[in-house]
Amino acid sequence: MSYVSLTPLDIVLAAALLFANGLISWGFRLRLEKSIAIASVRMVLQLALIGVVLKFIFAQTSPAWTVVFALVMVSAAGVEVVARQHRGFATWRTLGLSTATLLFIGTFVTVLGVGAIISPDPWYSPRYILPILGMVLGNTMTAVALVLDVLNEAARRERGAIEARLAHGAPRFEALGGPLRTALRTGMMPMLNSMATTGLVALPGMMTGQIIAGADPVGAAKYQMLIMFLIAGATALGSFLAAVGGVLLLTDERHRLRLDVDAGAKRNARS
Amino acid sequence: MLRVERLQVAGLPPLSFEVPTGECLAVEGASGTGKTLLLRAIADLDAAPGDVTLDGEERREMTPQEWRRRVRYCAAEPAWWCDTPRECLATGHPRIDRLMQSLDLDAVLLDQPVATLSTGERQRLALVRALLDEPKVLLLDEPTGALDPQATALTEELIRFQLLSGHSVLLVSHDEAQVERLSHARLLLSKANGGDDGERARRS
Repeated sequence: MSYVSLTPLDIVLAAALLFANGLISWGFRLRLEKSIAIASVRMVLQLALIGVVLKFIFAQTSPAWTVVFALVMVSAAGVEVVARQHRGFATWRTLGLSTATLLFIGTFVTVLGVGAIISPDPWYSPRYILPILGMVLGNTMTAVALVLDVLNEAARRERGAIEARLAHGAPRFEALGGPLRTALRTGMMPMLNSMATTGLVALPGMMTGQIIAGADPVGAAKYQMLIMFLIAGATALGSFLAAVGGVLLLTDERHRLRLDVDAGAKRNARS
Repeated sequence: MLRVERLQVAGLPPLSFEVPTGECLAVEGASGTGKTLLLRAIADLDAAPGDVTLDGEERREMTPQEWRRRVRYCAAEPAWWCDTPRECLATGHPRIDRLMQSLDLDAVLLDQPVATLSTGERQRLALVRALLDEPKVLLLDEPTGALDPQATALTEELIRFQLLSGHSVLLVSHDEAQVERLSHARLLLSKANGGDDGERARRS
């Protein structure tokens, strides 16, 4: 390995920068001290654990272990999508929709990217599969969470207009067309923005990692292009599936708007 | 003829009644009894067990789109899904001009942003919107709630014309004189509890 290994002391030195967070929180009475402590301890524990687990899995090069780990990643991402919903949509049905979407997109895009394009030997080598699945899942998870949240908010805000369209004989996807488009745009914009500025303002994490590990920057850039396209496709497909699934969750088979089902809030009787 | 059988609306006893073609049924009851909920349930906008048929055709045999094209719910505060009324209306429809004139609405209103229109203009335009594709049954929730006496008279005239040309109307109105003028029968709603059967229709 041609890179400088980090000692525990190096990590502690970097962690000293957290005092800045603590001081700002204390000085402005932001009461963030607890969050800073929990978040940083979680980060250290999760990364230390993942380092050990990945070392084990890479040593096996067994498809079974790779699949098990991939499923754990998908499940965690599905739960995170539900946790990011502001109101409504915090239900088992949402968990099912987001997990199914992430499983499908993660499998499809990772198999396409690693199996068909990168083609390492063996093609299921966890060294390639898991990091790329992680990047695809992380970005798709953000997109799915945004799409569902925006869709839900917009449907509540525009409830009168949606029901007016339904009352005039529009099917549910037409009646919810406005919220659907807003949600899709919100889901796809972050990736488009980051494609437009990547390399100019910030070097992406994966490319930075490869360069520090001693890879040729041109080679690292090519990898980054590949991964950006994979992520762009994944977020678009994920947004689409989440938006369509979200409209179905917000309505029933008789094309009624059912904000009550997912919010758990009872519709007040009005005269 | 609209026939409602054992329709279960939240908070109300099961309701059964008929609205013959060309007649207006006034739905009455204290605030909060569920008059709006009843209209929404008939339009299939809220789930409600029970049978609803129109001219012998069962609601459940139709797609909800077909049903709501025939049985049109008009909310008390109509919402708009476009920037101008024209975008929300079937453009170039031959009935637009006549309906606009009958409610004393200037055609220029069609191209003004909905947000700049007065409440009364929006309410009348919503009635034009609802009548354009000629639904068989109108479920009118306070159709003149935001209108001055003159506009109210024109709206009542239009409703009466609809009745004469073979439409049926369910009317929710707080204006007793208006109910007297328009309705052929009344349906009094009261809460499910208290042993009352909750429905008393009488011919007026």
